[in-house]
Amino acid sequence: LMGIAGGARAAEGDLEPNSWEEITSYNNYYEFGTGKDDPARYAERLTIAPWTVRIDGLVDRPGDYAFEDILSKMTLEERLYRFRCVEAWSMVVPWTGFELADLLELAGVQSSAKYVGFETVLNRDEMPGTAYRVLDWPYVEGLRLDEAMHPLTIMATGIYGKDIPKQNGAPLRLVVPWKYGFKSIKSVVRITLTDSEPPTSWNKANAREYGFYSNVNPEVSHPRWSQATERRIGGGLFAARQDTLPFNGYGDEVAGLYAGMDLSTYF
Amino acid sequence: MIADRINAATRRVPSWTLYILSPLPALWWLWQGLTGGLGVEPIKALEHALGEFALQLLVVGLCITPLRRFAGVNLLRFRRAVGLIAFFYVLLHLLVWLVLDVQIPAQIWADIVKRPYITVGMAGFALLIPLALTSNNLSVRRLGGLRWRQLHRLTYAAVLLGALHFVMLAKGFQIEPLAYLIAVLGLLALRLPALETMSRRRLRG
Repeated sequence: LMGIAGGARAAEGDLEPNSWEEITSYNNYYEFGTGKDDPARYAERLTIAPWTVRIDGLVDRPGDYAFEDILSKMTLEERLYRFRCVEAWSMVVPWTGFELADLLELAGVQSSAKYVGFETVLNRDEMPGTAYRVLDWPYVEGLRLDEAMHPLTIMATGIYGKDIPKQNGAPLRLVVPWKYGFKSIKSVVRITLTDSEPPTSWNKANAREYGFYSNVNPEVSHPRWSQATERRIGGGLFAARQDTLPFNGYGDEVAGLYAGMDLSTYF
Repeated sequence: MIADRINAATRRVPSWTLYILSPLPALWWLWQGLTGGLGVEPIKALEHALGEFALQLLVVGLCITPLRRFAGVNLLRFRRAVGLIAFFYVLLHLLVWLVLDVQIPAQIWADIVKRPYITVGMAGFALLIPLALTSNNLSVRRLGGLRWRQLHRLTYAAVLLGALHFVMLAKGFQIEPLAYLIAVLGLLALRLPALETMSRRRLRG
């Protein structure tokens, strides 16, 4: 059990996880509706067994990987991570999961691969939000290969040691704790290794507002609101705002990935 | 006819009942927010509930004249109350944003200037202030009916800005704010001079 990844710093001494109720009742999962309570209300319909993840593109062993087979080969651990939504709210979530790097190595990443694309399940009958073209379905996301291989990047399969609820992205979802929450794509059915930057849903919807990188950065505003501060969910009607940390507080671990890059250009 | 029945049913309802009832939604949401009924992020929920209710009241206010003109339903007696209550809900929406949501005074001004959807919302609110201040009999007398009516045409711009504010803050392509905008545009179109003369001609018959 790795516990708090990279958590020796004082700032993480007071990292108190949000409650199960908070984490599972306030979600953005637009396939079930744009309201924060829509996923908790409608996601129960989603069929998650059987579940396979197609891993393809620039890998040695492309194919459909059954969820159970993946689980049997992975080492599950707990990670207590800050979660910062692009809408300027945040939580602290005790995930259970495995490192994405381990899954990618299972498929064998070829040396020509530079990026990883992800895709969320699209089952329109079970996902009422997809009746509207809020986004170009299916939801897709992407990472640079070094971001994907970073030890902080996990595929989560549980919260508080229980199976991850459907509104949180069952049965497995990406978690990249130093990026805005929308990068952490839910209910993944496909992972594609590529040599060019894969399209990402929010970037396609509004490139001016959502970049490919979307690293948490208090100094780069969303065009419509500041990202300097955030509100921790759970403080009630009089919750104070707190400062947002660069890379969501994981700068020591990940800032090196972006050495020499202008993060206001590559936002 | 339905219109006659509505007119008969509302004739004996004094408009002050609206003022008496008007704080109830706000008090209910506040109570819900304090006791967990608005979910785990009650600040945004309260802010959105107040803002959407204000927009609904503004739309209701815009319906009153066309209802009389095109359907013969006369609710004119309630128009002032609806407008004033709408103004107070816009004010409450703004106060929740200032005090509970943004909290930081320096950021409030920066947001008003830098964020178009907030600029638009604030402009709509600013237009409503003179209207709220002159929504009384004394002001109608002082300004005279014509000037008062001209001033209160600002309502059209204010409601349009309110609907635009809602559209501009949505993430992705969302139906609900667009539905409000279309409703507002439709209600404003009914005020176009061509339609007005048409209805007058019809009434003269």
